[in-house]
Amino acid sequence: MSSQHPGVASNRSCRRRAVLRKASVPFALLAGAVVLGGCKVPTFGAFRGATTQGHAEFKLWVGLFIAGLIVAIIVWALILWAAAAYRRKRPDQMPSQFHANIPLEIIYTVVPVIIVAVIFYFTVVTENQVDAVSRHPAERVHVLAYRWGWRFTYENGQGRPQGVTIQTTAPPRALALPATSSQYPQLVLPEGQTVRIVLDSNDVIHELYVPAFNFGRFAQPGHTNVFDFTTTRTGVFRGQCAEFCGLYHSEMLFSVRVVPPATFGQWLTTEQQRQAKQGATS
Amino acid sequence: MTLIAERPAVIGHPEEHEHGRLGVLGWLTSTDHKVIGKSYMLTALAFFLLAGVMALVIRTQLAAPDSTVVSQHTFNELFTMHGSLMLYLFVGPFAFGGIANYFVPIQVGAPDMAFPRLNALSYWLYLTGGLTMVGGFLTVGGAADFGWVAYAPLSDAVNSPGAGPDMWIVALVLTGFSAIFTGVNIVTTVFYLRAPGMTMFRVPVFTWNMLVTGILILIAFPVLTAALVMLWADRHLGTHIYTVAGGGVPVLWQNLFWFFGHPEVYILALPFFGVVTDVLATFSRKPVFGYRGMIFATISIAALSTAVWAHHMFTTGTVLLPFFSLMSYLIAVPTGIKFFNWIGTMWRGSIDFTASMYFGVGFLVVFLFGGVTGIFLASPPIDFATHDTYFVIAHFHEVVFALVYGAFCALYYWWPKMFGWMLRERLGKLSFWLFFIGTWITLISWYIVGLHGMPRRIAEYSASTGWTTLNQIATAGAFVMAAGVAVFLVNVYVSWRTQVRAPGNPWDGQTLEWAAASPPVHHNFTWLPPIRSERPVWDFNHPDHTTQQVHRKEAATAPSDPAAVKTAHGQDVGEERHP
Repeated sequence: MSSQHPGVASNRSCRRRAVLRKASVPFALLAGAVVLGGCKVPTFGAFRGATTQGHAEFKLWVGLFIAGLIVAIIVWALILWAAAAYRRKRPDQMPSQFHANIPLEIIYTVVPVIIVAVIFYFTVVTENQVDAVSRHPAERVHVLAYRWGWRFTYENGQGRPQGVTIQTTAPPRALALPATSSQYPQLVLPEGQTVRIVLDSNDVIHELYVPAFNFGRFAQPGHTNVFDFTTTRTGVFRGQCAEFCGLYHSEMLFSVRVVPPATFGQWLTTEQQRQAKQGATS
Repeated sequence: MTLIAERPAVIGHPEEHEHGRLGVLGWLTSTDHKVIGKSYMLTALAFFLLAGVMALVIRTQLAAPDSTVVSQHTFNELFTMHGSLMLYLFVGPFAFGGIANYFVPIQVGAPDMAFPRLNALSYWLYLTGGLTMVGGFLTVGGAADFGWVAYAPLSDAVNSPGAGPDMWIVALVLTGFSAIFTGVNIVTTVFYLRAPGMTMFRVPVFTWNMLVTGILILIAFPVLTAALVMLWADRHLGTHIYTVAGGGVPVLWQNLFWFFGHPEVYILALPFFGVVTDVLATFSRKPVFGYRGMIFATISIAALSTAVWAHHMFTTGTVLLPFFSLMSYLIAVPTGIKFFNWIGTMWRGSIDFTASMYFGVGFLVVFLFGGVTGIFLASPPIDFATHDTYFVIAHFHEVVFALVYGAFCALYYWWPKMFGWMLRERLGKLSFWLFFIGTWITLISWYIVGLHGMPRRIAEYSASTGWTTLNQIATAGAFVMAAGVAVFLVNVYVSWRTQVRAPGNPWDGQTLEWAAASPPVHHNFTWLPPIRSERPVWDFNHPDHTTQQVHRKEAATAPSDPAAVKTAHGQDVGEERHP
């Protein structure tokens, strides 16, 4: 009953080629978008990244988001087109019973492999930038996460203690205040300089997460994590424990203040003196 | 030109098997895969509703900053149990314990599972385990409150003391064994109980996916069980497997858990891939496009899924290998093949938009974006930025919501077969649209609020964060989805009160379950059509429209042999399958 004759078949393969040609345009756009990603494009909801590491992540995000959106739109369009165009018109309508098309199947296997290869390449390049640690950081901060607070201990580039420790001062009180509240500690960083963060936990797993830096890393008992922040602009940024750590997880907040290097030096000296005095009196 | 009318009426198997064993005792002692399958589905749906109510409480709490609808402790219990119930007690058991239990034997033309008593044991272990987990709420310290992933050392005896967490661990051991036994049963049934003529490449895609799921269960669940036993030992026997104090390694838990956990994602998803494949083919009146490609894609997904676990651990800093990123990306390839096969199945078909088909297409639309955001997260730098935020919450809820579409798709499709009466189509479509609209309202706000830096599992947030509006929208979406589920329950009630009898094959189905009565008789079949392809019932009902005929015509040989069509009609083949 299926009305197949040679003319129909060739007509169909012609149409198929046209579809493929149309589909290749967005893929070309995709490649272009990945290359240009991050220049002056929308953020797609993400932070631009206030560190060089975070900005590298942001560029990857934009590229991947555009690529993903293009793929999603093409596939969505195909799904909805098929669903809308081939609705049953008559109860006895009998479609052609075709069930395979080897060339087409090869194409839709090979094309995704190529896309994967491209995004994997950009992923590896970006990950190497984000994970890279400088051999000569300007400053080191040893961060200890605990239930439910943070302790930031400043060391100089060689790892020598500088007598400055910033710590959560009050116990949790079942209310999440703004991250900049005096309740929570503030990590002060010099703008444009590379700061090494040495991250530890002494109880359960926590996560040091600064959304504006596009970066989070677990603080784990028994495993020290080391990474760099090279800040690119001044400002105050909220931070929070992102890995669930028990009862008062939502109150394990902190903030990051990025200041010009000169201001940072002044702040460090003032803190050194203040904390030395405090240590002498107590 | 359909031949449905010419099909002989299916005559029931002697009913004495069932009579006298109905009622509670019959249910308690039944080893019939259909009874066990329905029990599984009903129990799983009960857990689904319970976990859904918990989700609504969670959403209500988060709809306002500084909210005190529930305490932080209760909130932690709620999200832990919501996740545990949904993932361990609903999606998986509903699929492999419920749908697969019922339909795998029927789709391969078998009278029952290979090990019916083991099957019954599976169900009772599952029910016991599920009640044990929920029972945690009755203990003094409350239910487990360390998240459904129970990361050590938060889950040890010091940080999470009490009976609730212990009950959670024991519950998972019980349901884990239940899953393993079901896995054994499914694999054995597919390998050994196929009807004559049912070669492996004639097995319907749903059953193929269940076979692969069964194998994945056997790979993944023993690892979880072992990890849980070690956690128990840490809590009660003084071992230090996951604690630093005694020289243990906390991150070992994450490695073991995710070695289970990522295959588990596909243990949850593959069954619904299969459901949707069968449903799309039936309602498009076409064979599955790229049947063999589909099966190889399923096998590749399963194989790759055992090598991607550390993509859950990029932020630990202990596994920064690009290997796990590459393996995770590669899963997109077979998944993409599946998508194109699904589109190809609908392409130039004759699509009947039943409620089941709505949920099937809804599954495709929702799962696609869940998959695309999964690609983003497989990239370690992007994961650093979004791990443990609502972006991740949105990603995996989108995937799991898609599976819920798959579950509804299966229910609307197979309900007439299981119960002998039809569900109302209009209510089904209303339920779909509510669920679909709610899904996107919730998910889009979650993706955005996640990108704005809202971490998961926080009981409260300050208004200064600017997350309030997005959270309110998400909560509204959750209630719209709940309305969709409520309409489904209304549908079941209305359809049950005023029953419309279901014929044996209401959808012009293609696979063997549609040759059985609705509901199937004891031991399923009194008669089987000849099995010449992956859709024997279709071939029997539409002898002029089989795929073999397409081949014949494409090869431009002589017109089809009338004798061959004749044999396709012949009821003599396979009639006395189970004397």
